[in-house]
Amino acid sequence: MDARHKLIDIAAFLDRVERAEGDSDFRMDAFRDAIKHLEDGGNDRAKDVLMAFSDPTPEPIAVAPGKGACGAWPGEGA
Amino acid sequence: MVSRTTDDYADLATSGCVALCEPAFWAGFDRGSVEGFRDYFRQLTEYEPRRAANYGIKHYTWLCINPKESEDTALAADVISIIPEFMDCPNVLGIGEIGLNKNSRNELKVLEQHVDLAAQHDQLILVHTPHLEDKHKGTRLILDVIKNDSRINPERVMIDHVEEHTIGMVLDAGHWGGMTLYPESKCSPARAIDMIEQFGSERLWWDAACDWGPSVPLAVPRTACEMRRRGHAETLIEKVIFENPKQFLSQCNRFQVD
Repeated sequence: MDARHKLIDIAAFLDRVERAEGDSDFRMDAFRDAIKHLEDGGNDRAKDVLMAFSDPTPEPIAVAPGKGACGAWPGEGA
Repeated sequence: MVSRTTDDYADLATSGCVALCEPAFWAGFDRGSVEGFRDYFRQLTEYEPRRAANYGIKHYTWLCINPKESEDTALAADVISIIPEFMDCPNVLGIGEIGLNKNSRNELKVLEQHVDLAAQHDQLILVHTPHLEDKHKGTRLILDVIKNDSRINPERVMIDHVEEHTIGMVLDAGHWGGMTLYPESKCSPARAIDMIEQFGSERLWWDAACDWGPSVPLAVPRTACEMRRRGHAETLIEKVIFENPKQFLSQCNRFQVD
């Protein structure tokens, strides 16, 4: 029941995004990529979803742009 | 606990909590001077232990300047310079929570200074790993910094806020790993138990945040209830919520719990 509840919440969230107006958000692209991992086999879905949102670059950045994280890597130069 | 009411100490005591450790933390805004940190360290080493003792809880703490304030390297250096004044306080366990926030060069520089301070004074280390999209990269950078300092024994380092994509590298490096139970971010009770089932119970613990944001001080006993509901043995639950933290923290001889 708990997983069903969470899945319907995600479905409703995606419907809400479709209904919304305004600019697109790069985090939705990462979200849709992450969702694809739910269909994977094996035992690494949680890890793969987390990696889909993660910064893949190896080097430290020059200066922290602020304090917070936004949920998904915006890409190089963003 | 500095941002919580005494009601939370009462609830923790009622749930069976006998000791807690509170890392130096970001205040939600940048402190303006080293004297602001001196006052904060006095609060952590003088006032909070007395407040906790009223409820029969032993209060321990970790000292540092949080990674969120590492871009001001001059202030960070000043703060690091006063930490030794507090190292002999009876409730100080070591240096923490140090680490990275946005994985910047200045954050790395301040992290290296903290690690050097810990090595010089033979202190335990508690590490904060970054949030969300920055966690995997930041954890890897942090592990590199620690590995590059040959004076640091990996078993004396707790890497906190591990998740499914970082727990393996932390354990492989010989460190302890902490799963931080939050209502929204970091780790849920169900996932924390999943990781114990997948990675075993060695060198792992759970911790609850008691900060000024959404957080649940009783998250550890609640997760223990969930673990019990899944049918795990009381000995395993006791190991994760009591014996493991006791084993790691007892590496500091000031830590004493029965």
